[in-house]
Amino acid sequence: MRNTFAEVLYGLAKDDPRIHIVVADISPAGSMGKFREEFPERFINVGVAEQAMIGICAGLALKGMRPFAYTIATFSLYRPFEMVRDDLGYQNLPVTVVGIGGGVIYSTLGGTHYAQEDIAIAGAIPNMSIIAPCDPVEATEATKWLVNRDSGGPVYFRFGKAGEPTLTGPDSDPWEFGKLRYLRKGEDVAVLSYGVITKMAAEVADALTEDGHSVSLAVCHTLKPLDTDGIADLLRRHKRVIVVEEHAPQGGLAPQTKQIAWDIRAECDLHTFTLKDAFVHCYGSHEDILAAHGLSTDRILAVVRA
Amino acid sequence: MTAKPGHNSFDPAESRKRCMGYRKRILDISQNVSALHAAGAFSCMELTDTCYYGLMRPDGQDTFLMSKGHGCMAQYVILEDRGVLDRKHLDAYCTPHGILGAHPDYGNPGIEASTGSLGHGMAMAVGMAVAERNKAGGSPDAGAVYCVLSDGEVQEGSTWEAFMMASTLGLTNLVALIDNNDFQSLGRTSETHPSFYPLDEKLKAFGWETTVVNGHDAEAVYNAVASRNGGKPFCLIGRTTKGKGVSYMENVPIWHYRSPNPEEYKQALAELKEIAS
Repeated sequence: MRNTFAEVLYGLAKDDPRIHIVVADISPAGSMGKFREEFPERFINVGVAEQAMIGICAGLALKGMRPFAYTIATFSLYRPFEMVRDDLGYQNLPVTVVGIGGGVIYSTLGGTHYAQEDIAIAGAIPNMSIIAPCDPVEATEATKWLVNRDSGGPVYFRFGKAGEPTLTGPDSDPWEFGKLRYLRKGEDVAVLSYGVITKMAAEVADALTEDGHSVSLAVCHTLKPLDTDGIADLLRRHKRVIVVEEHAPQGGLAPQTKQIAWDIRAECDLHTFTLKDAFVHCYGSHEDILAAHGLSTDRILAVVRA
Repeated sequence: MTAKPGHNSFDPAESRKRCMGYRKRILDISQNVSALHAAGAFSCMELTDTCYYGLMRPDGQDTFLMSKGHGCMAQYVILEDRGVLDRKHLDAYCTPHGILGAHPDYGNPGIEASTGSLGHGMAMAVGMAVAERNKAGGSPDAGAVYCVLSDGEVQEGSTWEAFMMASTLGLTNLVALIDNNDFQSLGRTSETHPSFYPLDEKLKAFGWETTVVNGHDAEAVYNAVASRNGGKPFCLIGRTTKGKGVSYMENVPIWHYRSPNPEEYKQALAELKEIAS
């Protein structure tokens, strides 16, 4: 996903001199390296200075540019939080804050590198939108949209690292900003997710399909503005809805889906699976850390089959 | 390349007259509200006036950024004088039927960035200077950015991140003017944080060209910036007095925020005079 983003941005940058990339000492792998070589005046490495990264992006945007701040999620959002809030949110500037490795993807690096509450934090800022693609197809479409949109304010763009599988299929809905998207449609059970953990949601959907259910798999790639109508429709059209989310229990998709369910007096069963409100002191694969938070395909299936 | 200022005929005598008038206007507005940052505005009055009337070119290609947002009264009265803001805007300062608050708000006429939280302006100025340079495609006529900072916000780590980047990026179209009044909420900086100084040597070590002048001497400010060597970002450290022009406000921390009462207002008006260099 990271490489897809860089490739798309590099391709668009040839014809769009507004595109600037401001990174904080992160290796320019793949097409990011090509961008740096071909457009050195539009590639800025601030070093380990994330407050300057956001402030410089704000200044670029105030002069009509389309900057992308790019580093690991904890350092693009948490460290320079007040710059994100004031410089980008308050001034409503079209800056994209890329958070690489949102959630607990940096699974051997410990709690300092987990952005497990980033959706709640970014989402609390007025004017801020949030996009979290689930696969390279969504990453491509979202990146194009971020560059080509006519107006709008800052966007927190949460994605993974590398190697995410393509989950989009021939029957999947097209990507549209702010719209819930069905990767596949069923009539009985819906699994709702976003971001990298959608892979686990897809495994849950596959297993429930094998159980004989007609299963929808939907992604809520835009966390803000949330597609309230789309989620309400999903809650109405399925008997059982399962939300799988790599985020703290507060402020993410799961509690907001519950809120919508209450508002519309939804009659479906609603199961939500999120990270714990905890720092887990555990190291291993991404799956190991998710499991330490109680998130695994087996556990989700055990709960929903019970 | 270094952008040259646009007013070869900058007249210090006119600047002195203007600045006295601006101080009076700020005192007048102070009588409508319970608080405004008069002392911080008086401190950077000449620095701000010199930017608008001396350094910035008249066709609008240069940018002024008030990083010390609490000094915005100095900017507002100049923008009013230049017809960018209306009298009604300043008369409605800090009221629900106006548009101007105690810190600059991007989107208001003449306001290029929202500031108020200290330590944000320098990085935004760096980003603006990069954008101007890139838009100009290397032309020496690239828009210049003039950024007025408080000395207090030079204590912010974020300001030093931006200082480091300005010189690293070779931003010759960037001028910082530090309003060095040596005062902050808890006292005199030279007493509370002596290692804050020397400031000019720190900036030089960060790759800037610097000079130190009397920040209330518009002619000295103008000449220092106009005659800079170039090839680096330039920082003018203006030695200033917080509350300059009104004796009881000078170097007295309470006037950071307080408005004078009617009696104090009268005394202030009686005292105001052109500040000689």
